[in-house]
Amino acid sequence: MSISSKIVDDFVANDVSFITTVPCKQLAGVIDEVEARPEIFHIPSNKEDEGMGLCAGAFMGGKRPAIIMQNTAIGVTINTLATLTQYYRMPLPMLISYRGELREPVACQVEMAVHTKALLNQMNIPTYHFHKESDADELDAILKYTFMCNKPVAILTDASFWGGYGDQ
Amino acid sequence: MIRSEILREIAPILRDQLVVCNIGLPSQELHMIDDNAKNFYMLGTMGLSSSIGLGLALAQDKTVISIDGDGSVLTNLGTLPTIANNVADNYILLIIDNGSYGSTGDQPTYAGKKTKLENVAKACGCENVVVCKDVDTAKTLQAAIDSKQMTIIVSKCDSGNIKLPVITMDPVVIRDRFMKAVAS
Repeated sequence: MSISSKIVDDFVANDVSFITTVPCKQLAGVIDEVEARPEIFHIPSNKEDEGMGLCAGAFMGGKRPAIIMQNTAIGVTINTLATLTQYYRMPLPMLISYRGELREPVACQVEMAVHTKALLNQMNIPTYHFHKESDADELDAILKYTFMCNKPVAILTDASFWGGYGDQ
Repeated sequence: MIRSEILREIAPILRDQLVVCNIGLPSQELHMIDDNAKNFYMLGTMGLSSSIGLGLALAQDKTVISIDGDGSVLTNLGTLPTIANNVADNYILLIIDNGSYGSTGDQPTYAGKKTKLENVAKACGCENVVVCKDVDTAKTLQAAIDSKQMTIIVSKCDSGNIKLPVITMDPVVIRDRFMKAVAS
């Protein structure tokens, strides 16, 4: 089974049925898998704070939401995380491609990578870092934890986890 | 009419619907006029009223009205293509367009100058876009509810504010009672 299928299986098993995505090359496989699953309503968003608004609404409508995005989005979602998701105490699993880590070919991506964990830490957002494929074995427990505590939770997935970038 | 006068006039219509209300004075005014569990007041996060409302409408069957402002829609213009491409016929976006950032001192918005949000919405693919005068907001809103089709209403009104206190309700209380109203 592909890692993308395994990840989306865990979402489905945890009753996550509303997922918004902003694409990243690393996330293409998992986004395709989200789109393909009939159990999930997939709604692409144009910007990640918009996506967090959609997720907040879906949660209040009785669905379990999730967002899939790139780590650069941390820079544009701090206010939304603080004044919507955290302030109203809503759960939000954030599956995040951790660009700018080992094997990164694009230098500019490193500029946000060096801030990513510091910002998440500053926000008191529980953060998990998937570096090896076996790290994803914890996803099921992370999703249960997220919906237990009603907090945004970050799952950083780096290039090594996804098997590199292929030919560049 | 100014926004608070419109809200007072449409309050009897809003009362039976789920309402997601924009940050700042719009939420404060609605809270003062007719506080009830079906109102979700935004206390922060300018621009996301339309997104929260759309997510809510897509997640369940009851009618949802997002009350937004022209300035807030301009903050989150990406919402309009998302709305257009994810049709929820239980969703109404009511943009109260007074051409100004009311909560911050009535600075002019671009919607009060050259930009026409109704044209932007149409260009984004929204199919039912209705422009109305402030005095016609109530009947336009009721018609949109009765149509059971996703509708964007742009209500053109005067800028101006009334003095009123901030909302001191705890956000988790607002959210919890709203979710109970959604589920009831």
